[in-house]
Amino acid sequence: MPHDPHEHDHAHDHDHDDHAPVTEAEPNGPYQHLANATRELLIEKGYFGPDDIRRMIERIDERSPALGAKIVARAWTDPEFRARLLASGRQAIEDTFDTDVIAADLVVVENTDAIHNVVVCTLCSCYPVFVLGRPPDWYKSYAYRSRVVREPRAVLREFGTQIADDREIRVHDSTADMRYLVVPKRPEGTDGWDEEALAGIVTRDTMVGVAEVPTPA
Amino acid sequence: MSARFSVGEPVTVRAAFPTPPCHIRTPFYIRGKTGKVERICGEFRNPEQLAFGNYAADVIPLYRVRFDQARVWPGYDGNPKDTIEVEIFEHWLEPAPGDR
Repeated sequence: MPHDPHEHDHAHDHDHDDHAPVTEAEPNGPYQHLANATRELLIEKGYFGPDDIRRMIERIDERSPALGAKIVARAWTDPEFRARLLASGRQAIEDTFDTDVIAADLVVVENTDAIHNVVVCTLCSCYPVFVLGRPPDWYKSYAYRSRVVREPRAVLREFGTQIADDREIRVHDSTADMRYLVVPKRPEGTDGWDEEALAGIVTRDTMVGVAEVPTPA
Repeated sequence: MSARFSVGEPVTVRAAFPTPPCHIRTPFYIRGKTGKVERICGEFRNPEQLAFGNYAADVIPLYRVRFDQARVWPGYDGNPKDTIEVEIFEHWLEPAPGDR
């Protein structure tokens, strides 16, 4: 007797819904074919090899917000560095930290009791990868990019960030050749902390400006 | 090339909507709005030419312009002091002398 597909009375020992289906985010459309063909041609003509591409991807993927956190901790503890950083971000970082050459000018903005800064790229997803690593998915989403420019307070609330009504919110739209780093407000209760401890409480989201560094418990 | 506008100067973004294909780094929402030059970023190759493979594109001044949010979004719901700063290339800016 054939098995009745509707007769489904055996015990389930696993959950069918415990993971999202695997989907192809970007199907192999014409641009993917163009990119593949260009890469293959450049390799064939000897401009670089497949290993060079792999190494470059690894280098990009390995970047993290750690350098950004170190920069913020230094700015919090060294007024002379802070002044140089705010005046010329790229120069100050290249002069002070052991890092690759930074590919773009960096505008560094500082949160204060009067101003809270938040960064977006409404046109695409410009992001300071050299200090913060790869951008999070939400930074590239249409929702974040279209909403944070016109209702920043509502968007920040959704991140759990309440900005007092009397503080100015300043949105930075990264539309061209500059990249942006926010120096968050140093929380109370961190007097006397050394740079390493301070860097440990600075998160990626605080350096994009969607969060503040909480006062340590 | 020297910069046409100086820091603090009021400027209006051109309300131009060129016909595609084009690659424009002036967001729609800021076209026609008036703000003040926050800083001069330096000179960069024109992305509108670079996007079409012209690597000898013109080198032009880039500005950061600060706008009052209340003047950018009708019915803006927030602190009237809230601002937005956008990078805009010089050929997208016009003087706004009446807006000191």
